[in-house]
Amino acid sequence: MLDKNGIAKRIAKEVQDGYYVNLGIGIPTLVANYVRDDIEVEFQSENGVLGMGPFPFEGEEDADIINAGKQTITTLPGASFFDSATSFSMIRGQHVDLTILGAMEVSEEGDIANWKIPGKMVKGMGGAMDLVASAENIIVAMMHTNRAGASKLLKHCSLPLTGVACVKKVVTNLAVMEITPKGFKLLERAPGVTVEDVQNATEGTLIIEGDIPEMDL
Amino acid sequence: MISKKVANVQEALKGVKDDMTFMFGGFGLSGIPENAIAELVQLNVKGLKCISNNAGVDDFGLGLLLQGKQIDKMTSSYVGENDEFERQMLSGELEVELIPQGTLAERCRAAQAGFPAIYTPAGYGTEVAEGKETREFDGKMYVLEYAFKADFAFVKAWKGDAAGNLVFKGTARNFNPNMCGAAKITVAEVEELVPVGTLDPNQIHIPGIFVKRIFQGETYEKRIEQRTVRQRD
Repeated sequence: MLDKNGIAKRIAKEVQDGYYVNLGIGIPTLVANYVRDDIEVEFQSENGVLGMGPFPFEGEEDADIINAGKQTITTLPGASFFDSATSFSMIRGQHVDLTILGAMEVSEEGDIANWKIPGKMVKGMGGAMDLVASAENIIVAMMHTNRAGASKLLKHCSLPLTGVACVKKVVTNLAVMEITPKGFKLLERAPGVTVEDVQNATEGTLIIEGDIPEMDL
Repeated sequence: MISKKVANVQEALKGVKDDMTFMFGGFGLSGIPENAIAELVQLNVKGLKCISNNAGVDDFGLGLLLQGKQIDKMTSSYVGENDEFERQMLSGELEVELIPQGTLAERCRAAQAGFPAIYTPAGYGTEVAEGKETREFDGKMYVLEYAFKADFAFVKAWKGDAAGNLVFKGTARNFNPNMCGAAKITVAEVEELVPVGTLDPNQIHIPGIFVKRIFQGETYEKRIEQRTVRQRD
């Protein structure tokens, strides 16, 4: 089974040379730590920066340079700043190649819910609805089950949706799955996890074809 | 040169009244019009309808107006850092319209640019699109979203001049340029008001035509919400 860093490490393998990538808050942010250093990738943050770098050294934090998680960051050579309308032009206009975000639920049809739990939590969608409505390539990074042990990979989402039929791939602590017209197609198992473990933790339709390899991390 | 310069925040906020609709630039606490917000607290105007990506934190930013129960309605995309906000929302004291961040930016820009509405794919098939007009273009569904209408836009820039020209710094730019000229009166506050002619016309982010009043803010706290650092090797 993977921890959050393991999920990030596996997703980093999906990042290809020349990609502009938007990383959501939480596990997705960790992906930047594991991207191969022999490829050129630029990270976009929807509050208005392209070419994001690591956190600043202590004493060099700048309130005017933050990411979408409101964390202080730095920029790399070639970086740019822009306004919010321009930022979402990059997103809706499909100039960003890969979007990685977290979720509370994903359905076998590729629906995603990650912004609201009625009566309990209403933080808002931020840029998530724009991202999932437009991106061609969306990977969800999340734990396979919630804190109560219930599956987050469902036939239908029970929470208010963020987007419809948009998720392409899901990477969890247990497995890598692709969304297909027939359901979640199991592609890889996490180290030490069996196909049965994945099946037991998945409420939606899980398609198992042939031998399922263990992730190569 | 047409001068937009006013002496201070009091003069800049002339005409502000109860029940008005205001836009506020800023993302989180970065690039918020700190001086205008402080003056709105002083004026104690009530019944405000506010358009802002976030709602500040409990004791800073728009959180200060929420503490004074000055706001009736917030239109935002993300409000996760504010307990008082959550309390007022759940108790029904505060009306909240949550909309996608890109839609918020584009509804500002539409108002600025003279478009009555825009079509966006964001939110289609979700509760955000409920009751809204939708339309198919090339096999994809879009939601009609209207341009905002606001009385004042309060924005904050790094540098500006009396002509109203503005230059922003870093990610403190965010919604500020999109709100300039998107309300009846745009009030820009700057960290540094420089003599006309010193800003390079090639480097100006917002031309003064979009700004009605400009002043230099007295102080800026520029509070950091999430101070993240790395260790030196």
